[in-house]
Amino acid sequence: MTQRMDDAFAATRAENRPALVTFVMAGDPNFDTAKEIVLGLPDAGADVIELGMPFSDPMADGPSIQAAGQRALKGGQDMKKTLELVRQFRATNSTTPIVLMGYYNPIYIYGVDQFLADALDAGVDGLIVVDLPPEEDDELCIPALNKGLNFIRLATPTTDDKRLPQVLANTSGFVYYVSMTGITGSALSNPTNISAAVKRLNQHTDLPICVGFGIKTEADAKNIGAQADGVVVGTVLVNAVADSVAAGESATQAADRVHTIVRDLARGCRAAR
Amino acid sequence: MTTTANSLRQGPDDMGRFGLFGGRFVAETLMPLILELDEAYKAAKADPSFQDELDYLNKHYIGRPSPLYFAERLTEHLGGAKIYFKRDELNHTGSHKINNCIGQILLAKRMGKPRIIAETGAGQHGVATATVCARFGYPCVVYMGAKDVERQAPNVFRMKLLGAEIIPVTAGQGTLKDSMNEALRDWVTNVDDTYYLIGTAAGPHPFPQMVRDFQSVIGRETKEQMMEAEGRLPDMLIAAVGGGSNAIGLFHPFLDDKDVQIVGVEAGGKGLDGDEHCASLTAGKPGVLHGNRTYLLQNYDGQIDEGASISAGLDYPGIGPEHAFLRDSGRVEYVPIMDDEALEAFQLLTRLEGIIPALEPSHALAELVKRAPKMDKDQIIVMNLCGRGDKDVFTAAKHLGVDLGE
Repeated sequence: MTQRMDDAFAATRAENRPALVTFVMAGDPNFDTAKEIVLGLPDAGADVIELGMPFSDPMADGPSIQAAGQRALKGGQDMKKTLELVRQFRATNSTTPIVLMGYYNPIYIYGVDQFLADALDAGVDGLIVVDLPPEEDDELCIPALNKGLNFIRLATPTTDDKRLPQVLANTSGFVYYVSMTGITGSALSNPTNISAAVKRLNQHTDLPICVGFGIKTEADAKNIGAQADGVVVGTVLVNAVADSVAAGESATQAADRVHTIVRDLARGCRAAR
Repeated sequence: MTTTANSLRQGPDDMGRFGLFGGRFVAETLMPLILELDEAYKAAKADPSFQDELDYLNKHYIGRPSPLYFAERLTEHLGGAKIYFKRDELNHTGSHKINNCIGQILLAKRMGKPRIIAETGAGQHGVATATVCARFGYPCVVYMGAKDVERQAPNVFRMKLLGAEIIPVTAGQGTLKDSMNEALRDWVTNVDDTYYLIGTAAGPHPFPQMVRDFQSVIGRETKEQMMEAEGRLPDMLIAAVGGGSNAIGLFHPFLDDKDVQIVGVEAGGKGLDGDEHCASLTAGKPGVLHGNRTYLLQNYDGQIDEGASISAGLDYPGIGPEHAFLRDSGRVEYVPIMDDEALEAFQLLTRLEGIIPALEPSHALAELVKRAPKMDKDQIIVMNLCGRGDKDVFTAAKHLGVDLGE
C-alpha cells in the first residue's frame, strides 16, 4: 500500500540515486511470459513496477505501447488476469511497489468499488489512469485514496503554475512528469527543460518527481536521473517484447531481453549522482 | 429567461455533464487545451460579431436556410401522416456536416490556432473540414482509417483537391474510432498551434455542446418553417444517429415541446444478435471513451468493439453523450434499422421524390416508412434529410448486385 511506495523512494533516496520505474504491459504477449518478465524485474534493478492494463483504445500512447496492449488482448488478457498477475508477483515479492497504469473504461466496467477492493487484495500500491484529470477526481481518485491506494498523476509541460496545485492536490506516491507533449515513445526532450520543470514541481510538492517519455538507454537514465527522483522507462521494454515475439522466442528469452535492458538502465541510475 | 427548472435543454452543467453522461475524460496534456477551448467558446457566443459572421456564412456560403419540403408523393404512397423533409442535403458539400465546420473554423480563427486536424469515416466530415480550411486558408490534416481511404476514393480525392493532407490510420483496426484516437494523439503532440475540429456531438466537453449549438440551426429553422407552412409544430421528428450531430441539431430546439414525439434511428447493420451493427444506445452500455461517458459497444472487460453498418457515416461504437442522456430520460426513443431496410428506403425515396438520399438518412427514412402509415392524415412528421446520396451510389450498386465496372 502507501507504505511500500514511501519505503521504496526512501530507500533510493538513502542510496542517493534516482528510482528506476519500469513499465511493462500485463499479459504481453501472454500471461505466462508477462509473469516471467514481471517477477524478474526487481532483481534486474527495478524499484517500482508500472503494470499496463491493456485497453483497446489507448489515446495517449504511441505505436509501441498500443501494439503491446493489442498483443496482450489477443493473448486473452483481461482485468481479472491483470490482478491475478499482481497477486502472483506479490507471492514472491513483498517490497517492490506495483502501480497499475491504463485507461478508465476497463476499471469502470469492472466496477470501481469491486476493482479497488480486488486491487488492494492483490497487492497493488497505486494507480495511474491516463484519462482521469483532476476534474474527474470523484470517479476513482477520491475513492482510491480513501481505500489507501496511491493515485499518481501525470504533470506535463502544458500544466502551468496556475493549474499545478489542482493537479497535485490529490496526487500521492509520486508525480509522473511527462517531459514533453505528445505520445509515449517519442524522442527525448531537452534535459535543460527537464531540470527546470523538476525544480518548478518541487516548489509545489514534497512528493518524489519521476520523469518519463523518451528515456531509452543507460546514458538517458543517468542524465535524466541526475535531475529527478526517478526515471520511468516503458517503450524500450515493450519493444524488447515485440522483438522477442517477432523472433519466435520463448518466455524465458523474452524475459531475458527485458531484464538485460533493465540492468543497463539500473546501472545508469546508480551512476546518476 | 423562460427556461424552467425541469427543462431538458439546460445541459451540460459546469462539469460538461448531461446527467451521468459527458464529462472531460482526457489526458492531462489535453486538459488545459479543453479548458481554453471552453473559455474561447463562451466568449465567442457572447460576441455579436461572431454570430454575425456565422450567420453570414450560413446564408451565403452554406446556402441556409435549407428548405422544409413537403413530400407529397411519399405522403400519398404511405397513406398516413404528412411528411416533411428538412433538406440539409442541399447544403454546400452535401450534408449537415458543414454547419459545424463553419462554426468551429471561426472559433479556431478567433483562438489563433491555424493548423486544423480532423477525423473522418466515410469522408463527409473530412470533406467539410477540408472545404472550410480552403475557404480560410488553413492547413488541414485529416485522419482516416486505411480501409476507408481505399473504400472512399472519391472523397479522398476531393479532400486532396481542397488541399488537405490525408493520413491513413493503420493503428488499431484502422476505422473511425482509431482515426479519432490518432487525431487525439496529434493534438496531444501539437498543442500550441493545432485546433481539433471534431465532426460529431461527442468527445470531451465542450465539444458535444458546441457541435450541438452549431447544428441546432437545423431545428430552429425547422420550427420557424413549420409554423409558416402549417401554423403548428410537427407531431414527430425522426433523424438518423451515428455520433448524433444531425439528430441533436434537429431535436434540441424541440426538447421542451412535450407534444412533439422524437425518434432517433441507429444503424442496426446486419442485426443486433451478432456483432455487425452500430446500435450503441440499443445494444451498448455506459462507458468512457474519447473524452466522454456515453453508451458504447464494448465487451465484458470494457474493451471497445468495432461498429459495422452499410453506412460508413454511422459506423462508430459510441454516441454523443446528450443522446445517452435523452435515452435514459425517456424523452427520445431510439430504434435500430437494418442495412437492408435502409437500402430499400434509399430506393423508395429516389423513385418517388427524385431525391437520392445518403445511406445515413435512409435509416431514418426506413423508420418513417414504418410509422407514417399508422398515423392520422392530419398528423405531421419531419425527418432530417441530412445528406445526399451521390457518395453512396457505389455502395448501393454493390449491394443491389449491379456492376459499375469500377
